[in-house]
Amino acid sequence: MNVGPIDLRAKAHWVWRETLAVHRRAPETRLASSLSPIEIFVALYYGGVLRFDPAQPLAEHRDRCIISKGHGSICMYPILADLGYFPLEELQRVCQAGSFLGGIPDPVIPGYETVNGSLGHGLGVASGMALGLKRKGSDRSVFVVVGDGELHEGANWEAIMFAAQHRLDNLHLIVDDNGISMLGYTDDIVSHDPLSVRLSAFGWDCMEVDGHDVAAVQAALLQMKASCAGKPQALIARTLKGHGVPGLENAPLSHIMNPKPELIDSLLEQNP
Amino acid sequence: MSVKPLAMRDVLLDRIWRAMAEDHKIFFVCADFGSPILDKIRADFPERFVNVGIAEQNLINVSAGLALEDYTVFAYAIAPFITMRCYEQIRVSLALLSEVRPMNVNLIGVGAGYSYVVSGPTHQCYEDITLMRALPNFRVLSPSDHVSAGALFDRCVSSTGPKYLRLDAQVLPVLYEAGAPDLDVGFHVHRSGDGVCLVATGYMLHTALKVAESLTAAGHSVGVIDLFDISHFAADQLQAVLSPYTGIVTLEEGFRGRGGVDAMLFEFIARRGLAARMLNIGVEGAYRFELGSRMELHEQVGIGHGSVLRSVTTFIQSLSD
Repeated sequence: MNVGPIDLRAKAHWVWRETLAVHRRAPETRLASSLSPIEIFVALYYGGVLRFDPAQPLAEHRDRCIISKGHGSICMYPILADLGYFPLEELQRVCQAGSFLGGIPDPVIPGYETVNGSLGHGLGVASGMALGLKRKGSDRSVFVVVGDGELHEGANWEAIMFAAQHRLDNLHLIVDDNGISMLGYTDDIVSHDPLSVRLSAFGWDCMEVDGHDVAAVQAALLQMKASCAGKPQALIARTLKGHGVPGLENAPLSHIMNPKPELIDSLLEQNP
Repeated sequence: MSVKPLAMRDVLLDRIWRAMAEDHKIFFVCADFGSPILDKIRADFPERFVNVGIAEQNLINVSAGLALEDYTVFAYAIAPFITMRCYEQIRVSLALLSEVRPMNVNLIGVGAGYSYVVSGPTHQCYEDITLMRALPNFRVLSPSDHVSAGALFDRCVSSTGPKYLRLDAQVLPVLYEAGAPDLDVGFHVHRSGDGVCLVATGYMLHTALKVAESLTAAGHSVGVIDLFDISHFAADQLQAVLSPYTGIVTLEEGFRGRGGVDAMLFEFIARRGLAARMLNIGVEGAYRFELGSRMELHEQVGIGHGSVLRSVTTFIQSLSD
């Protein structure tokens, strides 16, 4: 699907508003970790990076996008609805009985490839897909979005070594580096710093970007995708957890904080 | 003419190797674990063989990814490591995901029960039946000789969904000289009787057959069933076969009373309303570090020929009390 020329910043703002609105209706959803990767997903889906077909979500000719930080991807609900994966009205029913849009996304949602939210599985599965695509002679790519806290799961590093060993240059890792997991700053828990140096040492090509500069994210993703240097690529997107929400943004316990409905209402009113 | 016994894994891997020449959608993934036949797979199909290293979590996830790209995947490692080291990967990426995606991943675990005799409890495996049968969508297969192990290849390619094949690491005597059992039935009746029926899986089928001979010589009428498909057997047929017996004895090379074949049969006879009483033979107690032959180890934990013969004899006497 080609979405054509689009104002990515305006789209990211719409997704931000819709994500707040979804959370306003379904406070069981994780808001803060769903606000940090908005520009990443907008660049992927509206920025000409991913090839996809909402009418055939699992079509062979799609690029694969594994959303490994599942619970922190509620912002994908409005994106997928907007693109036609399912009707926009479904956004009204998130977390309600009978809806397929839960607090943590499942692969019954059109557009979600695998089981997510149980952290640390996406990159390994994506590595197998990337290897399979290469062996099939396919030119399709596999993108994986993980959180920086998720990289504490050791299985990621098994996959990171594997992908480099097998020169999976069709595999693209995007780290939503918001610097916070559930109980605080990742630097205070188990630091990855300097993550790009670590990934480079493991044989990956690595770039860093301001994860809220959607044009910069788009440019970096397109550059990654064009690369065929025999190495997997990682993009570390520096982001803010709870982006744009006072009291939530970059708060160490933002993962488990729910802003009051009145705050969400006033934010939506002030940021049309 | 008798069939020369072979290692289960060699026979199964040979079937896979032969099939890979014709079927370009078969992929073989191992966690740094080999065999002579595996060398042929590595040499002849380097594009569809990958060794992930000593990394079972990644073994499962890479296998899942390959299966999502329509490959029939065989994943190969030592039994306790391919089940327990990576259990959440198995749950999430295979059992759960296969609920909504067609995926054919076959986990081949070598080293059932005590078959790594001198390696101790890290490499021995007494929990896998319990754990793997707990997962919906999984098929748990437990052959008792190389003939039945090799035949399971047909099951692996013919049915989608994740499967676990529990293979013995030792070369065991051939029990299916006349040909492989009917895979669709999932069990095989080796002896029929009308008193007590021994229902065994894997290595314990060998013990059950010897015990049955001893009991028959002592004047008892004993049946023996090989339950090689622990999750998907023909339930009505099994009920019919078990109905005449007044006693059912389960035999497994796994912990007793912890959700293995014993629990499965308990649930089965209760659900089906069978009147038979039950005796469960399995590994007693906790982890042990003694060294000895497999038969000696079995006697120590209550699953050797002598222990089983005593237990079943007592059980038979109790049935007539």
